[in-house]
Amino acid sequence: METLKQVLGYIGHNMPYILGLARQHLMLVGIAVGLAVLIGVPLGMMIIRFRTLATGVLGFATVLLTIPAIALFGLMIPVFSMIGQGIGAVPAISAAFLYSLLPIVRSTYTALTDISPGVREAGLGIGLSSWQRLRWVELPLAVPVIFSGIRTAVILNISVMAIASIIGAGGLGTLILHGISQSDIRMLLTGAVMVSLLAIGMDWVLLQLQGVLTPKGIRK
Amino acid sequence: MIELQNLCKQFPQKDGKMFNAVDQVNLHVPKGKTCVLLGPSGCGKTTTLKMINRLIEPSSGKVFINGMDSSGVDRVTLRRQFGYVIQQVGLFPNMTIEENITIVPRMLGWDKKKCRERARSLMAMVALDADRFLKRYPHEMSGGQQQRIGVIRALAADAPVLLMDEPFGAVDPINREQIQDEFLLMQQQLGKTVLLVSHDIDEAIKLGDMVAVFRQGRIVQCASADEILARPADEFVASFVGQDRSLKRLLLVQAGQVAAMQKTQTATLSSTVAVAFAEMDDSELLHLTVVDANGLPLGFIKRRDAKSGKGTCKDYLQAIAVTSLEGDNLRVVLSRLYEHNLTWMPVVDGDGRYCGEVSQEYITGYLNADHSAS
Ligand SMILES: Nc1ncnc2c1ncn2[C@@H]1O[C@H](COP(=O)(O)OP(=O)(O)OP(=O)(O)O)[C@@H](O)[C@H]1O
Ligand SMILES: [Mg+2]
Repeated sequence: METLKQVLGYIGHNMPYILGLARQHLMLVGIAVGLAVLIGVPLGMMIIRFRTLATGVLGFATVLLTIPAIALFGLMIPVFSMIGQGIGAVPAISAAFLYSLLPIVRSTYTALTDISPGVREAGLGIGLSSWQRLRWVELPLAVPVIFSGIRTAVILNISVMAIASIIGAGGLGTLILHGISQSDIRMLLTGAVMVSLLAIGMDWVLLQLQGVLTPKGIRK
Repeated sequence: MIELQNLCKQFPQKDGKMFNAVDQVNLHVPKGKTCVLLGPSGCGKTTTLKMINRLIEPSSGKVFINGMDSSGVDRVTLRRQFGYVIQQVGLFPNMTIEENITIVPRMLGWDKKKCRERARSLMAMVALDADRFLKRYPHEMSGGQQQRIGVIRALAADAPVLLMDEPFGAVDPINREQIQDEFLLMQQQLGKTVLLVSHDIDEAIKLGDMVAVFRQGRIVQCASADEILARPADEFVASFVGQDRSLKRLLLVQAGQVAAMQKTQTATLSSTVAVAFAEMDDSELLHLTVVDANGLPLGFIKRRDAKSGKGTCKDYLQAIAVTSLEGDNLRVVLSRLYEHNLTWMPVVDGDGRYCGEVSQEYITGYLNADHSAS
């Protein structure tokens, strides 16, 4: 009870600071996942056309995901030091970007593979070009599944990004890190709760967006 | 118009051996004709059809469209010349019915108003209420309704050739009859070249100018429906078209065709029975139809009555229970004869004028005569 009071007191006094960190956190995740969508969705579309690439690309993305977050951030430091960006936002975004690739590429690939043969054949048979089929039929049908991949990537990276403060990227991880080093339970708890809330909130927001973007004919 | 030359398709099997799904198929469908590809499941009908629009590339052989080798044409350009109805229907679930129907016209850049009008008139053709369905999505329709949309999607852009893979398979019998009639009407007006896959002999009889019967990837007989029913090439064709094939031929013949083979013989009310008897005696008739000045049938007189009778036909007139129209097919006529327990009935034209009669003897005679020249 006492702790809860302390935490609430801390939040009350530091509201602007905490919200600032949350915003920064969201920015980092947003940029990383946004880039992953820009690269991952076309990549998923491409490996449908060239199936031989599929195993390689999906395998590589899976391996990326198995690298522990701490290690990946650590690995980013020497790489980006070469361009003078060893610590800060750039390596943090890069790592989150790599983590996002698998869920997004795989969901795009699965969504496009799962389109029923009848629909695919109708598109071919009535003489739509491959671009027209993608634009008018296959991508609209793939929206729900691709979005579930994006949601996974966002939630995953909201928690991964909490660790990015150790390489000086900022975000809510700063609270957790300071909480640990200064043995301040208030900061630690505030950071942890904020990260969870952010993840739950963003998942809800994306779910709404998915609902809007899903074509009416296939909404459940 | 469409010509298949030695078309073959082999698929690799599990054991590594090749399997001939389509084997040396030769077929020529002239412009404006409907050819039905008929055969049991798995005999290569769909594969043959898909090689025409190159959804499947032939292993060997060629397809010519208007004399042009299709393998030299870009696939998308080639497919735009065809209206294609796929066996699995394949409507786009993300589009409304209207969007589904008008997809090709929209890709071709038709304006909105023209697309809408086209969709509405096509809906009427397949007996679906445009106001009720155009704004719906495919999952809100039954299988048979979806299939009808699949058919009109193929018609929308007015392509000169139609490739239809079991287009009416999921439609209930009553609606199927109606849509087939509409299809025939459309064929009369537009004269498209049609290749239609079916495993229903009755559909083939009704719609096909020519029927190609498939067995295990080969065409075993390609001829008019009447020819196939009258003279099946082998046991397989005979059993596939059914043991009642002579009855099925009745569908192909109209009462008027039988009537046209007779000399039109009638009497009037004022004719004397003696004259009427002489006429019947000459032609070995058992009865004679009595008509008015305009040729409308009033009744008939029996030879037995005329033989001994005196006076005019008016005195011995018998009522006619039922007549048939020139356009009725013999199956309908025969059924009506049985229904009314008759051996014959007069045939009348569109204006109700007598133009001959049908009887069981005439029908038998017609079926046994050789009409292959006509
Ligand atoms: N992609 C494929 N790979 C291997 N075999 C195939 C393939 N497509 C078709 N076949 C085989 O080729 C044969 C002909 O198939 P097709 O689909 O042309 O039959 P169909 O006459 O249309 O039958 P149905 O009336 O059941 O639709 C079948 O035995 C089928 O199993
Ligand atoms: Mg088939």
